[in-house]
Amino acid sequence: MAELKVNGQTVNVDAEENTPLLWVLREHLGLTGAKYGCGIAQCGTCTIHIDGQPVRSCTYPVGALSGEEDITTIEGLSEDGSHPVQQAWVELDIPQCGYCQPGMIMAVAGLLNNTPDPTDEDIDAQVTNICRCGTLARVRKGIHLAKTKKA
Amino acid sequence: MADTIKLSRRNFIIGTGAAGLTIGILASCSNNSEDSAAPDQAANAEPNPEVNAWVHIAPDDTVTIRIARSEMGQGTLTGLAQLVADELDCDWDKVTTEYPTPGENLARDRVWRDFSTGGSRGIRGSVDYVREGGAVARAMLIQAAANQWEVPVGECSVEKGVITHGPSGNKLRYGEVAEAASGLTPPTGVQVKDPSDWKIIGQPVKRLDTADKVTGAQKYGADLQLDGMLNAAIKQAPKRGGTLASFDADAVMSMPGVRKVLQVDDTAVAVVADRWWQAKTALDALPIEWNDGEGADYSSASFETELDNALTADDAAVANMSGEVDAAFANAAQTIEATYRVPHQNHACMEPMNATAIWTEDKCEVWCPTQNGEAALGAASEAAGLPIEQCDVYKLLLGGGFGRRGMSDYVSQVVKIAKQMPGTPIKLLWSREEDMQHGFYHPTTRARCEGALDADGNLTAIKIRIAGQSILAGLMPQALQNGTDPFAFQGLLPSGVDERVEDQTLKYTFPALKFDHAMRNPPVRPGFWRGVNANQNAIYLECFMDELAHAAGKDPLEFRLTYMGDAPQLAGVLRAAAEKSGWGNDDGKSRGLCAFYSFGAYTAACAEVTVDDAGQLKIHRIVAATDPGYAVNPQQVDAQVAGSFVYGLSAALFEEITFENGEVQEKNFDTYNSMRLRDMPEVETIVMPSGGFWGGVGEPTIAVAAPAVLNAIYAATGKRIRNLPIKDQSLRDA
Repeated sequence: MAELKVNGQTVNVDAEENTPLLWVLREHLGLTGAKYGCGIAQCGTCTIHIDGQPVRSCTYPVGALSGEEDITTIEGLSEDGSHPVQQAWVELDIPQCGYCQPGMIMAVAGLLNNTPDPTDEDIDAQVTNICRCGTLARVRKGIHLAKTKKA
Repeated sequence: MADTIKLSRRNFIIGTGAAGLTIGILASCSNNSEDSAAPDQAANAEPNPEVNAWVHIAPDDTVTIRIARSEMGQGTLTGLAQLVADELDCDWDKVTTEYPTPGENLARDRVWRDFSTGGSRGIRGSVDYVREGGAVARAMLIQAAANQWEVPVGECSVEKGVITHGPSGNKLRYGEVAEAASGLTPPTGVQVKDPSDWKIIGQPVKRLDTADKVTGAQKYGADLQLDGMLNAAIKQAPKRGGTLASFDADAVMSMPGVRKVLQVDDTAVAVVADRWWQAKTALDALPIEWNDGEGADYSSASFETELDNALTADDAAVANMSGEVDAAFANAAQTIEATYRVPHQNHACMEPMNATAIWTEDKCEVWCPTQNGEAALGAASEAAGLPIEQCDVYKLLLGGGFGRRGMSDYVSQVVKIAKQMPGTPIKLLWSREEDMQHGFYHPTTRARCEGALDADGNLTAIKIRIAGQSILAGLMPQALQNGTDPFAFQGLLPSGVDERVEDQTLKYTFPALKFDHAMRNPPVRPGFWRGVNANQNAIYLECFMDELAHAAGKDPLEFRLTYMGDAPQLAGVLRAAAEKSGWGNDDGKSRGLCAFYSFGAYTAACAEVTVDDAGQLKIHRIVAATDPGYAVNPQQVDAQVAGSFVYGLSAALFEEITFENGEVQEKNFDTYNSMRLRDMPEVETIVMPSGGFWGGVGEPTIAVAAPAVLNAIYAATGKRIRNLPIKDQSLRDA
């Protein structure tokens, strides 16, 4: 039994220690915003935040958490979809199939936590998620737009 | 926090629209007399009359437009709604959408027609009848108002869903007359609007399905949760043609959550557990023995030799031949030859294959992301061993399709698992490793290209011998014509010969040409992969045209235009892309061009690259022009065009599926890479619909991505890259 702090709530989950955080979120807590894409921390569609830092949850064992960390998923990024990144994403109509977008948005929100005014080089280095539909050109525009917005 | 979605058995909506609906129940109150699913409607207090098959309108004026084709990111859902809404003259802000089920379609004599979503046909394949559907509904609504007022229809007009009686100024909203309209006999002979009268078609409206995609609320098949549902993970024979010999279920039955280990067909084994992660963990621990079959020795390396031999073999089917080819070569001042190669590639949709099913002795229901709802229904019925009337399929939004989800293998599998556990909902989710190893791959082909130039550098003849796999031979051999596959010649076909592929014809006019195909089929199942054979053929034709231009000492733009005299639209997009990119500019960037016609649309690209001394490629910008005839939603056309460079250039730069001893070697994104932001150039699109025809959008631009970049690399380095992917090759000679 592990105690976790997810989106501001303390929850207890009965999962084997080596269960990746992704599957705890999805299958124990019903938070299906973070997606399964590769299981090896390559594609980024499972990205969530731990203490504000973007983490690929598909390879992060739940047993490695102490219970003190603040875990944030796309469902907890904002109450009403009003996070600057979400606003920018709606304004530029970025998602196509949308499956990778929760992870993309969390990666970008994490980037902006660390680097509020990122350059293209910062973006290239820190946002490495895969999108097969091909939203990448708009994603870059979305990042530059998001950094001008206030929550 | 756990949420279980209660799913209506009849009406399963896709969460879209201004109303901000999320997945759940939207029981529509159909006036169709055959409709007797009353229990599901009991919870629905709000009647939502069906005016006709395409349009429901609620008393609060919410317009629900029913969409037969699948939304997989390409924006068709919004585009189709625009087509109906424009003819309906409703308020776009009140539009939402709903998928009818394939079962309903069959029960209603296929009133929504084709559910299949491929070949860039979602819009252009349904444009006539969905617009007519909107126009008929509009006529019925006006008639209902006129009846209520007891005035002639001709005195009534409508704007944004409000009907006005001119002489009296009386007004009625659509929501007030929908019920009465639904009882009227649909008129015949209703005309659709002239394009000059469009108000919603052609507008860059926002997609209807964005809101839930940025909050995590959008549910995909992989996210589905039904009451009492169990989860299945599957492992299929890793070698081509392999079968399941045995497995030791006892070894994993005591692992956490495991409920059952079972065989699926003679090729796979599945573990069913409380949770998917438990099922996958147990499956990874399960001892399994496989039998080798035909294909166990197959390797990509040895198939190379067979394909090379096929480049000069005699057994080739000629698809396009004209002029005095042999004479042109005999009299040529200069002949050029080059061989290009494209490997197998996987779709790699971000959402791995999945489906959910409940099987009982008299009913089978499936929830799945599919590009072909009716094919999925057929597969479910067959796997269930039940008549098709006792089955149905509830579609969800797709986490990518690209052609892969036109196949129903995963639907069949989940039903076969569910059949072994009657009454229990089962969700089957493939691992990424299964997805990579059991695709329907973009076929490997190669081409030997030959050109003849006269003393003035004019092209006098061109020959392209394609060698390689046929998709039709692998998937639907009954569609072959005298043993040949017309789709192998996408973009290279003669016009006026085969109506099915008239949208895939060659638009250059050459003095003499011969295009043929030596079919060689490896034991690898091929598939329709976004852009299909246009992708390979554009590389062959358009890189070789670049080679010919340079050999002739001519400007690659002018050289191409010389042979586009009969295709002003193709010349138009090429000129537009070249001009906007600054073709001919001396700004330190090297440029490459490509123009191609496929899926009924004209596309062109100009790529701007640099290659540093170490051979490092940087693609700075691509200017892309597209003429799809009409652009229903220009901003979504822009999204598709820009996105095509991600799919097309990921393939050109990185993607290759190889086989050794019958087994796929690239099992995940670590070895089957896809473009990231750092690889992505700026894309500037020029959407230039010239009108008068309906071309595709989702696929045609894929074809121009690789050739434009390959030609730009040559301009930068003087070195031709003729083997794809580029990934491990030196772009500069050592």
